[in-house]
Amino acid sequence: MKQPFPFSAIVGQEDMKRAMILTAIDPTIGGVLVFGDRGTGKSTAVRALAALLPPIMAVEGCPVNAERMSDCPDWAGVTTDKTHEIPTPVVDLPLGASEDRVTGALDIEKALTNGEKAFQPGLLAKANRGYLYIDEVNLLEDHIVDLLLDVAQSGQNVVEREGLSIRHAARFVLVGSGNPEEGELRPQLLDRFGLSVDVASPTDIDERIEVIKRRDAYENDHTAFMVRWQAEDGMLRDQITAARVALKKLTTPEQSLRDVAELCIALGSDGLRGELTLLKAARAYAAFRDDTALTRGHIRDVAALALRHRMRRDPLDDAGSGTRVERIVAETLGS
Amino acid sequence: MTPLLRAHTALALLALDPALGGLVIRARAGAVRDAVMADVPAHTRLHPTMTAEALDGGIDVSATLGSRTLTQTRGLLAQNGLFVLAMAERAEPYIAARLAATLDKQEGHTLVALDEGIEDEAIPPALSDRIAFRVDLENCALSEICRPPTWPTPLSLGHVTATDDITEALVLLAVRLGIVSLRAVGFALRAAKAHAALNGRLETDQDDVTAAVALVLAHRATQLPADEETRETPNDPPPPEDAEQQAEPMGSLPQDMLLDAVLANLPPDLLAKLNAGTANRSATGSGAGQKKIGNRRGRPLPARDVGNDQGRVDLIATLRAAIPWQTLRRRDAPHRTAPIIRHGDLRHKRYIDHSDRLLIFTVDASGSAAMARMGEAKGAIELLLAEAYARRDHVALIAFRGMEAEVLLQPTRSLVQTKRKLAALPGGGATPLAAGLMAAQNMAVQARRKGLMPTVITLTDGRANMALDGTANRAQAATDAQSIARRLRTENVDSIVIDTGRRPEAGLAQIANILGGAYIALPRADARSLSNAIAQTLET
Repeated sequence: MKQPFPFSAIVGQEDMKRAMILTAIDPTIGGVLVFGDRGTGKSTAVRALAALLPPIMAVEGCPVNAERMSDCPDWAGVTTDKTHEIPTPVVDLPLGASEDRVTGALDIEKALTNGEKAFQPGLLAKANRGYLYIDEVNLLEDHIVDLLLDVAQSGQNVVEREGLSIRHAARFVLVGSGNPEEGELRPQLLDRFGLSVDVASPTDIDERIEVIKRRDAYENDHTAFMVRWQAEDGMLRDQITAARVALKKLTTPEQSLRDVAELCIALGSDGLRGELTLLKAARAYAAFRDDTALTRGHIRDVAALALRHRMRRDPLDDAGSGTRVERIVAETLGS
Repeated sequence: MTPLLRAHTALALLALDPALGGLVIRARAGAVRDAVMADVPAHTRLHPTMTAEALDGGIDVSATLGSRTLTQTRGLLAQNGLFVLAMAERAEPYIAARLAATLDKQEGHTLVALDEGIEDEAIPPALSDRIAFRVDLENCALSEICRPPTWPTPLSLGHVTATDDITEALVLLAVRLGIVSLRAVGFALRAAKAHAALNGRLETDQDDVTAAVALVLAHRATQLPADEETRETPNDPPPPEDAEQQAEPMGSLPQDMLLDAVLANLPPDLLAKLNAGTANRSATGSGAGQKKIGNRRGRPLPARDVGNDQGRVDLIATLRAAIPWQTLRRRDAPHRTAPIIRHGDLRHKRYIDHSDRLLIFTVDASGSAAMARMGEAKGAIELLLAEAYARRDHVALIAFRGMEAEVLLQPTRSLVQTKRKLAALPGGGATPLAAGLMAAQNMAVQARRKGLMPTVITLTDGRANMALDGTANRAQAATDAQSIARRLRTENVDSIVIDTGRRPEAGLAQIANILGGAYIALPRADARSLSNAIAQTLET
C-alpha cells in the first residue's frame, strides 16, 4: 500500500492545516469541519494527518485502544497488560454505514460458530483516542448523525440491543468534510465541531501549478518525494509533541479571558461552547508557536476558526461568516 | 476525434494507467454503447443498489450454518481490476462514496460508469470528479461505430516525461475554462503522459496534450475563456514582465489550439448553454437534497424488538436474534431440527416517514410584473427561504416570461444555489402564466413520486397574455391558464396564489379558486408581512 501524501507537502490551505494541528495538540478542542469545493485536498489532508500524528501506547489486543489495562472494557476479555505502540487511529466512517457498523453489534461470527453471545466493536470503538473522519458529512443519514452527536457529547458509546448491554469509551476528534452546495449541515451537528474551515481552490496560478507538480512528483518519483517531505513531517511531529508538553505550562492572563468573552458577546455566538473552544484553540496555538503566555495575537489568529460556524446564522447572508468574524475581531481587539 | 474514437482511446489509456480512475459513458443502452462495451476487457459488473456486504464482504450465513465453521464472502471490491457500474445515475450515495474511496486508494481499481441519466440526472459528482474521462454517446449514429484503433506496443509509463511548460499550460487552461477542481488538471497530465506512452513517445508532445484536453478537460468546462482584450483584466493582472515570461513557453504550446480541442469536444448542449451565458457554476452541485434525502418516505430502519405484536416481522433480524440461543435451546429440545424461535426473538420492521415538504416557487418574471413589484416578491421569497431552511423544506424555482417557463432550480435544500438563482432572475417579456403553471405541475408530480409533499406558490400579477401555443392572445391565455389550473387541482397539489399586481386582479382570484388554494393579494407593505401571510396559509 502506497504511503499517503505527506501533510507538509500540501500547498497552501493554511487554515485547514492549522486547524488539524491544533486538534492534534489538544484533542479536547473537539473536531474540525472542512467545507469547500471538490478537489481542494480535503481528503488528502485527513489521510496525511494519520501519518503525521505521533503514535500512541495502547494495551495489546484492546478493541478500544485503551492506555492501561484498567481502562479496557471487561467484555473485551483482555488478559495482558502489555502495551505496544500503535499509530493514532484515523477511522473512516463511510456514508451509509449501518448503525451496527458504527456502534458495534452482536458478533455474528461467534454466534454462528460457537453459539456464543459476544460483542463485535464498531467504528466508534476503533476511533477511540483518535480521529473519526466523515467525508460528505452533510449527506450523512440523520439517525447516524444523532448517534454521533450523543457519543461525541458523552465520550461513551452505549449499546443496548440484541440482549447485549455494552458500554465503552469513545473519545475521538470528529473530522467532517463536505461541499455546501449539496446540502446544509444541521445546526446541532455544526456546533459540535470545535473548529470550522472553508477551503477553496487556490486562485493563484503559480500555486495551482505547484500543487500539480508536487502531486506528479508524489506519483512518479515516489521514493525521493517521500524522503524529502517525511523529514518535514517529522519536524512538524516533534513540534506537536513539544507543544503538548508546553500546553501544560502555558499561562493564561486574566486579560485574555476577558478578550475571549468580549469577542463572543460581540459576535453573538450561542452558548459558552464558543468561548471554551476559542480559549483552548488559542492556547494550543500559543503552545505550537512555542510562546509562554497567551496573547491577543493568538486569539486573533484562531478566532475565525473557532467562531465562524457558531454565529446566529443568517442563511441568506453568503458574504461568508469568516469575513464577519474578522471584522468584529478587528473592532473588539484592535488590529 | 469522434466520441466513439475518444471512448476507445480512453479505454486504452485506462488499461495503461489505472490511476486515471475510469470512464463515464453517458448513453442509453443501445448498439452504439454496446460497440464501446465490446472493447471493455473482462470486468466485474456492479449495480447501483448493491449492499455494503456485496461490496466489502461479510459472513455467508447459510454456508456458516451448514458447515459450522465461519465462512466469509469476499467483497467484490477486494480484488483489483475493472468494474462496470450500470445505471450510474441511480447510484446510492453509499455506493458512490465507497467507490470514490476505492478509487482514491489507487490500488489498480478502474471504473467504467454507464450513465443513462436523462436531463439533470447524472452520476453523483463525488464519483465523477474522481474519474478522468467522460464521453457522451447520446447523439452518435450507428454509422459512427468503428473498430477500436490499434496502437503500437506501448512504452512503460515510468519513462515518459512531460516538461514544466505542459503542466503550466494545463493549469492555465483549466483556470480559463472555470474548472475549480485541481484533480482535473492532475488527470489531464496523467492522461497526456499515458497518451504519449500509448503512441510510443518518450516525450509528451502537443498531440498528447491536445488529446488529454479533449478527453479530460472539455466536459468539465463551466465557462469559455473571455476574449483576448477582456482576459487581460482579471482580478489582479499579472505584472507585465511576468506576462512576457509566460508568453514564451506558451509559444511552444499555443493555448488557442488547446482551446480549439476543447471546443471541438464540448457536449453540444453544454456549448449552447455556454454561449447563452447561462451556464452557472452553481450547477456543479447535484442538489443532493432532491434524490437522497427526499426519497425517504418509508425508509426502513433497523428492525427492533418493539414489544408488541403490531407491524411486519423482519425475518432476518428475528433469525439473527434467535441464532445465539440455538445451542442452549437445542439442549432442552433435542428432537427439534429447525431453528427454535421464541416470542422474544421476534423483531418487527420499522419505517421512518418524513413528510418532506417541497415549495415550488413559480415566479412571474414578465415585463409587467418586473415593472410592478418584482423586488418585493424577491424579498418575500427570500424570507420564505429562510423559513424553509429552518424547517428543512426543499425548494424549487420556476420562472416564466416571454414565451415559456424555465425551471431555474430543481428541488434542493441548498439555499446557496436558490439565492444565487433568485438574485440573477431577470425581468421582461410577456406573461405565459399557463406555461408556468404547467411546469409547476410537472415538477409537483415528479416530486410526489419521490416522496415529497409539493406545494406550488405562484407569484404573478395575473395579466396572462401568452397562450400555451406561443401566440400573444389575452383571451386564449386566460383560458389556457384556467384549464392548466384545473389539471393541477385534479393532481391534488396544494397551492397558493400571490397577486403581485398594483390592484388585486379578479382573474387571478378565479384561478386561485380553481386551484382550490389560497389567494393572497400582496399586501401594500414590506416583504415580511407577505412572508407571514404565506406562512400562516401553509400552517392551516
